[in-house]
Amino acid sequence: MMVWTPDQPLVRLADVHKTFGGNEVLKGVSMDVMKGEVVCIIGPSGSGKSTLLRCVNALVPIEKGSILVEGQEVNDPRLDKLALRRKVGMVFQQYNLFPHKTALENVMMAPVHVLKRDRKEVEAQALALIAKVRLQGKEHAYPGELSGGQQQRIAIARSLAMNPDVMLFDEVTAALDPETVKGVLVTIRELAEDGMTCMIVTHEMGFAREVAHQIYFTDGGILVEHAPPKQFFASPRDPRTRQFLDQIL
Amino acid sequence: MIANRTDLPVLKPFRVGAAEPWRVNAWHGAALVVALALAVGIGEAQAQSSGQPGIIATILKWTPLLAQGFALNIAMSFLAMAIGTVIGVPLGLAQVSLLLPVRTSSWFVTQFFRNSPWLVLLFYCMLLLPFEVNIGGTIVPLPGWLKSTIGLSLPVMANVSELVRGAVRSIPFGQWEAAESVAMSRWQTLRMVILPQCIKRMTPPWMNLYAILTVATPLTSVVGVSEAMTLTGDILSAEARTELLVPMYLYLLLWFFLYCYPIARATVALENASR
Repeated sequence: MMVWTPDQPLVRLADVHKTFGGNEVLKGVSMDVMKGEVVCIIGPSGSGKSTLLRCVNALVPIEKGSILVEGQEVNDPRLDKLALRRKVGMVFQQYNLFPHKTALENVMMAPVHVLKRDRKEVEAQALALIAKVRLQGKEHAYPGELSGGQQQRIAIARSLAMNPDVMLFDEVTAALDPETVKGVLVTIRELAEDGMTCMIVTHEMGFAREVAHQIYFTDGGILVEHAPPKQFFASPRDPRTRQFLDQIL
Repeated sequence: MIANRTDLPVLKPFRVGAAEPWRVNAWHGAALVVALALAVGIGEAQAQSSGQPGIIATILKWTPLLAQGFALNIAMSFLAMAIGTVIGVPLGLAQVSLLLPVRTSSWFVTQFFRNSPWLVLLFYCMLLLPFEVNIGGTIVPLPGWLKSTIGLSLPVMANVSELVRGAVRSIPFGQWEAAESVAMSRWQTLRMVILPQCIKRMTPPWMNLYAILTVATPLTSVVGVSEAMTLTGDILSAEARTELLVPMYLYLLLWFFLYCYPIARATVALENASR
């Protein structure tokens, strides 16, 4: 058996196909994400961006192709999904915090009950994470008492508490009020600067340009092209990319 | 020039305050009390003229016995609710199981008992359950009231099962995804994320079900349980006075009303509070 080493891609997608009710959402997607790399995936709605992310942590099963996370095959009926998800954190558009738990309890729940770590130690880490997303003083607030942006930052802290090797961000600012977007983006940027491997689906072009190492453009279930941000925005090769950028920039 | 008249069909202007819905208010209650007092007063006058004890005196005389019967109604309602809930919750969870056989069989059981008349279930339990059971060498008698409590707990179980299924389904799917993505197992997700949110949603309809169950306990009089309804019948045949018929049953009604109405109010208050 192949042993994964950090010089190999942390996430490798090869010819991934996914169909929803006769509608092919992913038509053979391949990409490599190295450790510490930040990739942004952009493209029009319905181009399969969110599905692509959900395949990586097996929230969505794929029909064909291969997804390797640290050398572990995701498209395998014997896959230990829980083991995979310990390595892959995910943040959602709608935050999905647990509304009956405080911010601190949201962050602590999985490490205590899934990883069976010591509660005291987890609490110290959780408090540090909440401070890291700049929400000191909100530890005992319930999600309903927080703004969208604050909830989203707690959701990021909740994922980070599992010490994942890669973080997936699925349009995490799309549901936010404009004035709270920046705080969330700053948090993600700091995370990227700390060397966290990130796969980010976003519509924030300025943010993508600033934070990404690679930008992938998807359209109609395929990856049209990818390039480092400067090159991507300055001289897109494919007409579809150009058309998309013309529409939004 | 603008014409102020038209022969086009147009709606009449909207009138504020038109068609107020009919509501019960304090005056209706007052009118009811007056009518009751009048009826009882006439009965009292009749009784005095015929030299028999008055209606109120007769009702008060039987009140301790009636209270005993009513206590049995409450005991049966508690027990049936407890049994129904303890079995109904796992049954409801089985209805959202990922295993198809578990899901379909629990669905079938739920639908069967939910759509059967309570009285028919009562008869079946009276007829099919033995009068005593042998549990590990000790003979436990099954008196009629216990058998009919089991009979009542069956529809309660099915209704609780539906409550649980509905509540679990009503939790946004994102909660499941979020729990899954931090590597929680399905059981952990259910126990720590989904069910705690369900309890809040389920409490008002669950209390409502309890009130319905309580007013259904007099059904057991049909199968011979000595609860309040049966005892009222016994009292009436002992007194053998037709003018007692209406006040006596009204008195019984009042007991149930005074017990169930606060539950109904509390249910509404809870629903409003969680909105």
